[in-house]
Amino acid sequence: MSLRIVVTVKFVPDATGDRHFADDLTVDRDDVDGLLSELDEYAVEQALQISENSDDDVEVTVLTVGPEDAKDALRKALSMGADKAIHVEDDDLHGTDAIGTSLVLAKAIEKAGYDLVVSGMASTDGTAGIVPALLAERLGVPQVTLLSEVLVEDGTVKGRRDGDAASELLEASLPAVVSVTDQSGEARYPSFKGIMAAKKKPVESWDLSDLDLEAEEVGLEGAWTAVESATERPARTAGTIVKDEGEGGKQLAEFLAGQKFI
Amino acid sequence: MAEVLVYVDHVDGAVRKPTLELLTLARRIGEPVAVALGAGAENTAAALAEHGAVKVLTHDASEYADYLVVPKVDALQAAVEAVSPAAVLVPSSAEGKEIAARLALRIGSGIITDAVDLEAGDEGPVATQSVFAASFTTKSRVSKGTPVITVKPNSAAVEAAPAAGAVEALAVSFSAQATGTKVTGRTARESTGRPELTEAAIVVSGGRGVNGAENFAIIEALADSLGAAVGASRAAVDAGWYPHTNQVGQTGKSVSPQLYIANGISGAIQHRAGMQTSKTIVAVNKDAEAPIFDLVDYGVVGDLFDVVPQLTEEINTRKG
Ligand SMILES: Cc1cc2nc3c(=O)[nH]c(=O)nc-3n(C[C@H](O)[C@H](O)[C@H](O)COP(=O)(O)OP(=O)(O)OC[C@H]3O[C@@H](n4cnc5c(N)ncnc54)[C@H](O)[C@@H]3O)c2cc1C
Ligand SMILES: Cc1cc2nc3c(=O)[nH]c(=O)nc-3n(C[C@H](O)[C@H](O)[C@H](O)COP(=O)(O)OP(=O)(O)OC[C@H]3O[C@@H](n4cnc5c(N)ncnc54)[C@H](O)[C@@H]3O)c2cc1C
Repeated sequence: MSLRIVVTVKFVPDATGDRHFADDLTVDRDDVDGLLSELDEYAVEQALQISENSDDDVEVTVLTVGPEDAKDALRKALSMGADKAIHVEDDDLHGTDAIGTSLVLAKAIEKAGYDLVVSGMASTDGTAGIVPALLAERLGVPQVTLLSEVLVEDGTVKGRRDGDAASELLEASLPAVVSVTDQSGEARYPSFKGIMAAKKKPVESWDLSDLDLEAEEVGLEGAWTAVESATERPARTAGTIVKDEGEGGKQLAEFLAGQKFI
Repeated sequence: MAEVLVYVDHVDGAVRKPTLELLTLARRIGEPVAVALGAGAENTAAALAEHGAVKVLTHDASEYADYLVVPKVDALQAAVEAVSPAAVLVPSSAEGKEIAARLALRIGSGIITDAVDLEAGDEGPVATQSVFAASFTTKSRVSKGTPVITVKPNSAAVEAAPAAGAVEALAVSFSAQATGTKVTGRTARESTGRPELTEAAIVVSGGRGVNGAENFAIIEALADSLGAAVGASRAAVDAGWYPHTNQVGQTGKSVSPQLYIANGISGAIQHRAGMQTSKTIVAVNKDAEAPIFDLVDYGVVGDLFDVVPQLTEEINTRKG
């Protein structure tokens, strides 16, 4: 038996940098360093653990849709231990929204062949957290999302989803789409050996024509949503800051009373 | 006037506050038609009518509880086909977003997630989003199909606006995918008696500075004196001092209360992402250089073990 896992990974602007928008109201990716979305590291980690805990032959492929630099995200995932990588890159992808991204990812996943798709719970830039559900809908397979625990055995995926009102145990047969939260277990750091090995691992490059997609179906032109404006939030006006010299709690109570919170 | 579908988030018929807020927003763009699913769906009608729902479409089946997400998508799709709405509004919970996304794809529409405001526009509803850890505000609209928009809690005031709220049964046939993901077990979360974190008007949070699970009692005491919800930073959650369900931030809850009080929290970007839209922000931190102080309306540089109990006592005294 063999198990093919495709992990979706996104290349995002560093959240600790000064993120902003370009003139066409897409994310400016030139001014801020990009990196593998930290929440996708958890997805790579779980895929590697499923692979390590399996008696089957498991192949872990990491997949990204993004510009040239997005290769960095793939390299990081390969150095953590993934087997191979696919980079979907095309100038016409600039400005693709969530519906479009899921279209490209689904086409690529089908072309790559898969038994299990593992995604992060959300990207750290768009933060919608909807791409995994969209992939399940497009691929017509079960969605087993927002898991804090994952187990794959005998063609079944089981997991725990910790929701607002309840914690649920879920189960579905493969093929399926899974997404994992940052509660699923710390992601490993790439070892020196892993980093060296990654350099020799295959990275395939696909464009829209490889996926039988037309330019009009994606990018800003094909987008299902339109951003009309993006404005920087005005800096908060400097507040009052007091040093506690024994009365700090009382002073704060006075402030809260003045604001009618008490 | 055009109808606007509002997906109802309820627990056994008790409608949650974010849904009532959606009814306020829906009335800006049309006539709200609510869709309530699962056990107790019919009991939601009175509250929905009181807040502006002209009609309440209901359906109950065991599938809603026994399988993940897809049965609800099937039902909402049936409602869209029955009503041909001008927009579909869904509360921005984790599940709400997943339902909305799959619905949008099925009906050939775009989706906007995590809107914090909504208004009518010439080319359809315009949604405001607060992005990049609330450092930017964007306005967007759906450019293809029926706009599907998910809206965060506390984005609008709940307003009474009595309407007919006539209950109608929704006819739903489940898709082949509906039973794909089985829910094999469910442990309900025990109620703490405190307000729901995302819906609370006041949130009192503790971070690494609280230094131990047992010390969270002083955070809880302050919260209780204000009738507030309790939040925690990821550092406090990861240390096992407070449950993950109370985490505020990028990978926890995002909150937008009238008042947020951060105690022993440094204010890392991922924490700020979840609380920066709070109306009034207060912090207690012993480090005057902590980045949280850049956000505050009022800050106390001091030891939380001194400041917080004194504050709680003062509040309780003033309340008499
Ligand atoms: C601030 C901001 C707001 C946005 N709002 C909207 C909106 O309201 N509606 C809309 O349609 N689009 C929106 N977009 C665009 C959207 O973010 C991108 O289209 C994106 O690639 C998909 O959505 P996400 O990043 O939110 O992904 P999420 O759904 O948050 O991502 C979940 C997981 O999907 C996978 N994934 C997502 N994108 C990729 C990728 N390119 N390559 C590989 N894996 C990926 C990753 O595993 C990720 O962890 C927004 C973008 C930004 C920057
Ligand atoms: C992908 C990703 C997602 C994340 N998601 C989240 C998230 O959702 N929520 C979140 O909170 N974090 C999140 N984080 C973690 C975040 O980066 C910070 O590590 C975290 O917020 C720090 O928590 P803290 O402020 O409690 O701890 P610290 O940064 O250690 O700060 C503790 C503060 O307490 C103060 N202090 C100590 N003792 C006292 C005392 N006696 N009295 C007063 N003050 C005292 C200190 O001066 C310090 O400022 C995420 C990180 C990543 C990478």
